[in-house]
Amino acid sequence: MSTAVSSPPVIGVLALQGDVREHVAALRAAGAEARPVRRPEELAEVDGLVIPGGESTTMAKLAARFGMLEPLRAAVRGGLPAYGSCAGMIMLADSVLDAPADQETIGGLDVTVRRNAFGRQVDSFESAVRLVGVPGPPVHAVFIRAPWVEEVGPGVEVLGRVEGGPADGKIVAVRQGRLVATSFHPELTGDPRVHALFVELVREAMADGARDHARGGGAGAGVGDEGGQP
Amino acid sequence: MTLAQPEPTDVPSTTGTDRVKRGMAEQLKGGVIMDVVTPEQAKIAEDAGAVAVMALERVPADIRVQGGIARMSDPDMIEGIIGAVSIPVMAKARIGHFVEAQVLQALGVDYIDESEVLTPADEAHHIVKSTFTVPFVCGATDLGEALRRISEGAAMIRSKGEAGTGNVVEATRHMRSIRAGIKRLGTLDETELFVAAKELRAPYDLVVEVARRGALPVVLFTAGGIATPADAAMMMQLGAQGVFVGSGIFKSGDPAQRAAAIVQATTFYDDPEVIAKVSRGLGEPMVGINVSTLPESEHYATRGW
Repeated sequence: MSTAVSSPPVIGVLALQGDVREHVAALRAAGAEARPVRRPEELAEVDGLVIPGGESTTMAKLAARFGMLEPLRAAVRGGLPAYGSCAGMIMLADSVLDAPADQETIGGLDVTVRRNAFGRQVDSFESAVRLVGVPGPPVHAVFIRAPWVEEVGPGVEVLGRVEGGPADGKIVAVRQGRLVATSFHPELTGDPRVHALFVELVREAMADGARDHARGGGAGAGVGDEGGQP
Repeated sequence: MTLAQPEPTDVPSTTGTDRVKRGMAEQLKGGVIMDVVTPEQAKIAEDAGAVAVMALERVPADIRVQGGIARMSDPDMIEGIIGAVSIPVMAKARIGHFVEAQVLQALGVDYIDESEVLTPADEAHHIVKSTFTVPFVCGATDLGEALRRISEGAAMIRSKGEAGTGNVVEATRHMRSIRAGIKRLGTLDETELFVAAKELRAPYDLVVEVARRGALPVVLFTAGGIATPADAAMMMQLGAQGVFVGSGIFKSGDPAQRAAAIVQATTFYDDPEVIAKVSRGLGEPMVGINVSTLPESEHYATRGW
């Protein structure tokens, strides 16, 4: 991991399947150094991780087959900041509904997520969503066979909900400590504000880690930042 | 970190936009879409890590053997497959058969393939795809054909290859042709782009967009003849963003293992060690057909215009 707080954070994008290129571009626009991550040794070199949109069943199976699932779980448990969009939200959830019985996730977010919650592709839609932590106009959100968050645990902050329509009030953006997830795809719109929020979170986690290290407290892994649960 | 409070919104939500249709294909990138003819095969495909399945009544290899008119699949069969898996389900409509497409949209399929593998229903016109809520994928043999399909509303393109042959040579030809076409546009100046649009028989605005981006404005997959993990990886190295496998899986000796192997080779397409590892012990591949021995009337790639 890089330790100099002033240098751009190195953020990996899990590149097993999905819209990796769009996330890499959005992270670069938000001031991070972005690179694809497919192997455990590549995961060990990043300050934060994005889990992209894609097909969550495919990602989970590839992660298991290539020995990535346990390293991913250990990294998230150890305090690696992570952001998941759509399939990435499913991968970070502790519990998933409407998934094949054997579908595994990385977990870490104390939420229950429902897959394909809005319906099939003909129901996929664009809408404006107000997000806590993203100043300015609402985020232009693109929902594609998207999940929503059905239940949140006590340590989870709701960042955004659907407004209007049949799914009015459904939770579509959450944060818990160093983990952020959205049902929608900010990487498809050219608006870098959600990624900027995550890059800022990664910078703060790096600063915490450096401070703990200076105190002789060892690696910052596992230490929650302000507003998060340890 | 201190979180700012957002401003209010009153923007209505909309379905069926270009961004939603094209964005769906972006989510499939790096993945494998598999032809299946039963719910059981669909489950095998999902378990193997397919990003989507293509529901059809006969795989292309059987259409070649059995002959006759190949049409949209039975709605009961498509619904059975939709009910069996949680991943996206695609289905094929005949070229120009806009009512088959209306039916497939009503059934709730996630993507329609206006496909040359079925017998064309119109010898001059493709479906006007922009009027549908459901997105379409179409085949193309070269850049001009790809751009004509996009101008009709296709939200995803696949190189055609020659379906049902197990022979990758045509897929290679079409991928190279599309890629070369894109590269050539990048070397032209403003004046030359007008002539290029005329030669490509494609809308000028789309031609300019491709010249500027150096890529199609939609996702580009490959199809038609992919039978092995190495075939899939070669197509990815040639610039495909994902792979359709038709007859190659369920016409082989061990479909579950071959399907999983092709999925892994598609993700690690640039790592020969992984491709070597997953290529072991797969059993018999599908029996192939030498494309040059096919009579002209059985070349599916020449269907569509």
